[in-house]
Amino acid sequence: MSFLTMVYAYLFYFAALVLLAGVTFKVVQYARTPAPLKIPTTPAPTTRSGVVFRMTREIVLFESLFRGNKWTWIFGWIFHFGLFLVTLRHLRYFMEPVWLPIELVQPFGIYGGIAMVVGLAGLWARRFFVDRVRYISSPSDHLILALLIAIGCTGLLMKFVFHTDVVAVKSFFIGLYSFDPQPLPGDPLLLLHLFLVAALMIIFPYSKLLHAPGLFFSPSRNQVDNPRERRHIVPWAKRLEQE
Amino acid sequence: MAKATFEVPELSQYLDVPPVTPETMAHSKPFVAKPEFQAPLGFPGELMDDWQEKALDKMGELLGKYRSLRVYLDSCVKCGSCTDKCHYYLGTKDPKNMPVGRQDLMRKVYRRYFTLAGKLFPKLVGAEDFTKDVLDDWYSYYHQCSQCRRCSVFCPYGIDTAEISMAAREIMDSIGVGQKYCNEIIGKVYTIGNNLGLPGPALKDTLEGLEEDVFDETGVAVRYPIDEVGAEILLVTPSADFFAEPHVDGLIGYGKVFHEAGVTWTLSSHASEAANFGMFIGSYDNMRRVAQRIREAAIELKVKRIVFGECGHAWRVAYSFLNTLAGPWDFLDPRYPVPQHICEFTYNLIQEGKLTFDKSENDDKVLTYHDSCNVARASRMGNTPGGQFEIPRAIIRETCNHFYDMDEDTIRDRTFCCGGGGGLLTDDLMELRVKGAKPRVEALNNVMLEKGVTHMAAICAICKSQFTKVLPYYGMEMDQIVSLHQLVSNAIVLTGQDVEDDEDEADEAA
Repeated sequence: MSFLTMVYAYLFYFAALVLLAGVTFKVVQYARTPAPLKIPTTPAPTTRSGVVFRMTREIVLFESLFRGNKWTWIFGWIFHFGLFLVTLRHLRYFMEPVWLPIELVQPFGIYGGIAMVVGLAGLWARRFFVDRVRYISSPSDHLILALLIAIGCTGLLMKFVFHTDVVAVKSFFIGLYSFDPQPLPGDPLLLLHLFLVAALMIIFPYSKLLHAPGLFFSPSRNQVDNPRERRHIVPWAKRLEQE
Repeated sequence: MAKATFEVPELSQYLDVPPVTPETMAHSKPFVAKPEFQAPLGFPGELMDDWQEKALDKMGELLGKYRSLRVYLDSCVKCGSCTDKCHYYLGTKDPKNMPVGRQDLMRKVYRRYFTLAGKLFPKLVGAEDFTKDVLDDWYSYYHQCSQCRRCSVFCPYGIDTAEISMAAREIMDSIGVGQKYCNEIIGKVYTIGNNLGLPGPALKDTLEGLEEDVFDETGVAVRYPIDEVGAEILLVTPSADFFAEPHVDGLIGYGKVFHEAGVTWTLSSHASEAANFGMFIGSYDNMRRVAQRIREAAIELKVKRIVFGECGHAWRVAYSFLNTLAGPWDFLDPRYPVPQHICEFTYNLIQEGKLTFDKSENDDKVLTYHDSCNVARASRMGNTPGGQFEIPRAIIRETCNHFYDMDEDTIRDRTFCCGGGGGLLTDDLMELRVKGAKPRVEALNNVMLEKGVTHMAAICAICKSQFTKVLPYYGMEMDQIVSLHQLVSNAIVLTGQDVEDDEDEADEAA
């Protein structure tokens, strides 16, 4: 095994560990932190299934953002949906045999990659041109956008200009499952692409990327509007009653 | 027009988003609570020496107790969706009044002390040490949030700045930096029973006066009882309803509705206040203690139902929190929700055909309706989501001939706060209140010009007080704001009422 292959193998083991452990830690932390009061933003659904429907609209359509700002919504949604398609397309590197739906999604994944970069560029432009958004942006907000755009661009370049040996790449990742990494091609673009993806995985649990799990735990969105019908009380508040 | 020591914003026809102009409101600070107002609430009297350590401890404690705080501080991606939604930003141009700007005052401290990225690379992620300057910013800008939740409507993660403002105020109280207005008032609730410090005998006098007035006007003996054991309904209403205009006209209306419904009801001198300022300062303990008075009053007076008068934040605490804070209510009549809003009560009677109205009594007015923020975005009325918008409007349509809504972007769940909510209804914040009212007054001004609207009805004591005070700054009249039940009171035809029209009298006799 070459030095390069070994470095990247360890990098991805490490990145996967940080991502999994970090996100699990945060999800457990969110889940275990009580929500002592009923605070859904109303009008809110009065049933559990209504809440599932509300959350689905938020996750799939970004409903609240749509109401808030059309430009951010269109760029944000294009980026996220593009990223979703790209992720599906990339699953072929991680499974053998490749599932039929993943086979079918392959061509759309390419459009997804383009859409993703376009969406990101739009979001980044807002950070420069809208004074309010410029004011609230810190260096990390720019860096995360730069990171994602760089991932998208290196990927698209490999697709359209400097091809790499994707069969070897697949062997490398499949090999990681059995702790038997196969040689990774040494193309600079590929190495850059993979390095940036690993970096993204590592910063995920320590950055605002936590908005992804956070959304599911947002009390103003995931609570049922039924405070008069059912008494809502958490253990620490219950203890006050026993004093 | 009222005299102002600051520039009153000019109204425009369209809502324009102002350019970011930093620090325009950095000077705005409410009076700090003296030690005597801190002690009854269980807070230290003045800023402690080791305040930073204590504040961070408190922050850690709250992060463990409130999922909202933890998730909201982590989740913001700085997308900017909220940046043009806060009435205080729109009225003051100060970027720390953008919801995210306000949140970031706490988020930067959170990141510095509670996240790995902020500990290692503070500059990169916008993390900052919790210095005295930051604390001063907190005191200033967390008292420029009316906890109206408009930002949370438009946030893709539902981040509610109110939750963060409440936590900030709780942290500041815990190190001895309290706000005089809120904390003094909560003290009054504990010692006297209501925000205004009106003692029981004064309330009794006022209510007797109301009975006489209504009798003189209508010839019907409508009762306004207090502390009557065994009444069916306990009415809990903001203390402003006892004397201030236009609030008291609403209280007169509630009495007439109860009279027509044929139910017995009572106020309580022990719980003579619907508002719960414990929420404003984010203190669960104080909020609970204030709420418990209502339980005690309900038990003592042996009532079967609880109805709340017109009050916005109070209705939030009542509707959303009362069951949590002071429940369970298993000793009350299970056929009715606990608590009920007076609008639900009136609306149900209208549905049952039990109320008669003469709409022409309100023909001197062309109405619009102001959705109070906490009723709109933090509560409900009736059985279906959005009832809090439809029920009050249905009552207005039943009692008035002329009604027009304001621009859709400024009503229902997108309503603008009056500018005085969340513990800011104090004269030491007048500049903020006037500027914060701008988006609402602008929308009102537009329907005045386009539809000839003359009056705006509201169902919140804070809104009513705020507009009474603030409308004159914009060249409007203070009495353009009316209580919703004032309209009911004007139009309702009481059974056996002296009616001027002879024919009607003949009908009654027959």
